[in-house]
Amino acid sequence: MNLTLILPITIPMLTAILTMLLLKSRRAQRAVSMLGALALFVASLWLLADVWRNGIQAEQMGNWPAPYGVTLVADLFGAIMVLLAGIIGLAVAMYSLVSIDPEREAFGYHSLYHFLLMGVCGAFLTGDLFNLYVWFEVMLMASFVLMALGGERGQMEGAIKYVTLNLLSSALFLSALGLLYAMAGTLNMADLAAKFSSITAAQPHGLVTTLAMLFLVAFGIKAAVFPLFFWLPASYHTPPAAVSALFAGLLTKVGVYALIRVFTLIFVQDVGYTHTLILVIAGLTMVTGVLGAVAQNEFRRVLSFHIVSQIGYMIMGLGLFTPYALAGSVFYIAHHIIVKTNLFLVSGIVERLGGTPELKKLGGLYQSQPSLALLFLVPAMSLAGLPPLSGFFAKLSLVRAGLEVGQYTIVAVSLGVGLLTLFSMIKLWNEAFWKPVPEVVGNNSETAANLRAWLIPIAFLASITIIIGGIAGQTFALALLAGEQLMNPALYIQAVLGGAP
Amino acid sequence: MEIILAFVIGGLFAASIYMLLRRSLVKLLIGLALLSHATNLLIFTAAKLTRGNPPVIGADATALTPPFADPLPQALILTAIVISFGVMAFALALAYRVYRSVGTDDLDQMRGTDV
Repeated sequence: MNLTLILPITIPMLTAILTMLLLKSRRAQRAVSMLGALALFVASLWLLADVWRNGIQAEQMGNWPAPYGVTLVADLFGAIMVLLAGIIGLAVAMYSLVSIDPEREAFGYHSLYHFLLMGVCGAFLTGDLFNLYVWFEVMLMASFVLMALGGERGQMEGAIKYVTLNLLSSALFLSALGLLYAMAGTLNMADLAAKFSSITAAQPHGLVTTLAMLFLVAFGIKAAVFPLFFWLPASYHTPPAAVSALFAGLLTKVGVYALIRVFTLIFVQDVGYTHTLILVIAGLTMVTGVLGAVAQNEFRRVLSFHIVSQIGYMIMGLGLFTPYALAGSVFYIAHHIIVKTNLFLVSGIVERLGGTPELKKLGGLYQSQPSLALLFLVPAMSLAGLPPLSGFFAKLSLVRAGLEVGQYTIVAVSLGVGLLTLFSMIKLWNEAFWKPVPEVVGNNSETAANLRAWLIPIAFLASITIIIGGIAGQTFALALLAGEQLMNPALYIQAVLGGAP
Repeated sequence: MEIILAFVIGGLFAASIYMLLRRSLVKLLIGLALLSHATNLLIFTAAKLTRGNPPVIGADATALTPPFADPLPQALILTAIVISFGVMAFALALAYRVYRSVGTDDLDQMRGTDV
């Protein structure tokens, strides 16, 4: 039994159950939640080290052999994603301790938080498409409640849109699963990858592509790609900042992960059609996202639109479909998860200090909070892709991958969008930090001393951003290995079906 | 039999999409419920309907002899039904809370967070 694969799922599960049992005691809940997040972080590091040293790890739950049992697999991509979930889980747990109000804690915030992490880690580790659906539902259920917990009017309106669109996407995913099973007779991803080309040879060509498109739409809604992203900016700014940060960092990326997994492992018969389409979608996602952001005037709404825009970059690597491009995608996802979560954490402090999310009424934070301003600049400039921060290397690798295969249009689009991202980040900087405080300020009761503890997780994530940028060579080498594994499904298939212990 | 079920599934999907597009919150929920039923039936039908051949190995045999009904899709549907049951329960509670805090069940009135 390989413990490393199971721990990232069982640790959040146990933590969630424990915090639920300790619902009466706020202090015990907080301590357990923090310990659980820390343990998950350590376990995810251990998993990545294991996969790095020993290659793709696979485990059959209940000892049923591969295509029949429940398979857990961790290749480098999956392990990197689990590590990112561990990092974000730790940072946002810290932030939750200081920022979440006692009412939400009394209604099981910490428990839901860890159930969400369990769903996310499960989705990254499962080797079976139906289990992926189940993990999606675990994650969604927790996120639904987190989104609605608190019951403010804006939250309710956001939640109803979020819930409806996600249920629609789940139904599409499930339909696609049913049709895929009818065609292939298996839902184990490695088994599918091994058999799929011989199965589809006998099928009408259009049927396979239709199925691929069904998956593309289902995961596309979850990943918030063009034109399926409208639920995201309508809901992500409504819950507390800690919840938005967690969602912004992890949830849409699970959709991206599923897209990359399915379109590198299974639907690779008609790359000329499907992946070109993905490339077009990537370009449109980038452009509409960034243009939407430019038009917004609230801190978190700007950031929400930037999530959409950044998803485009991640999908771009998949559309280009070379090992180097997929490495760029992996690198970009890693960079984006950390940076975007951090920006949402900063937005929580800014809104608390300024008493409003509206940029017009904010200001003067550079003068009153220089350390916060500095900590905002790191992720903001990284998001815009300025060297020597992580975003620069992420964009560089994608652009280089695009130039290598001669897709000049998408390269031009991505560079232009990078410029607009910079513009948007400078707007946030100018409005919230640089310009003088507007005359009328709401009841600004928070003093700076109260917020010192809020800065710790932000500093933690900012230092990771700087480290990723600083050792970009090594991190990119890791991403390149992950990309090569993704482009060579034989390794994955062998780990699941062949080399079972 | 498949043909009839195909029409039923198509009708269910059409009805659910129609209900999802209505403005009333309750109709939205009915749409979501129909959607999950349509999906479950789709899995059931797509995996081929086999009558009177349970996947049971007889006393005098050592392996299954085709044709037999595939048990896996039904297991999948069972899981999906449980999940959709939980999700529906949550959606009903949420709809009630939304109604309480917004004061209307008209989805067109819930534009406060739109862009």
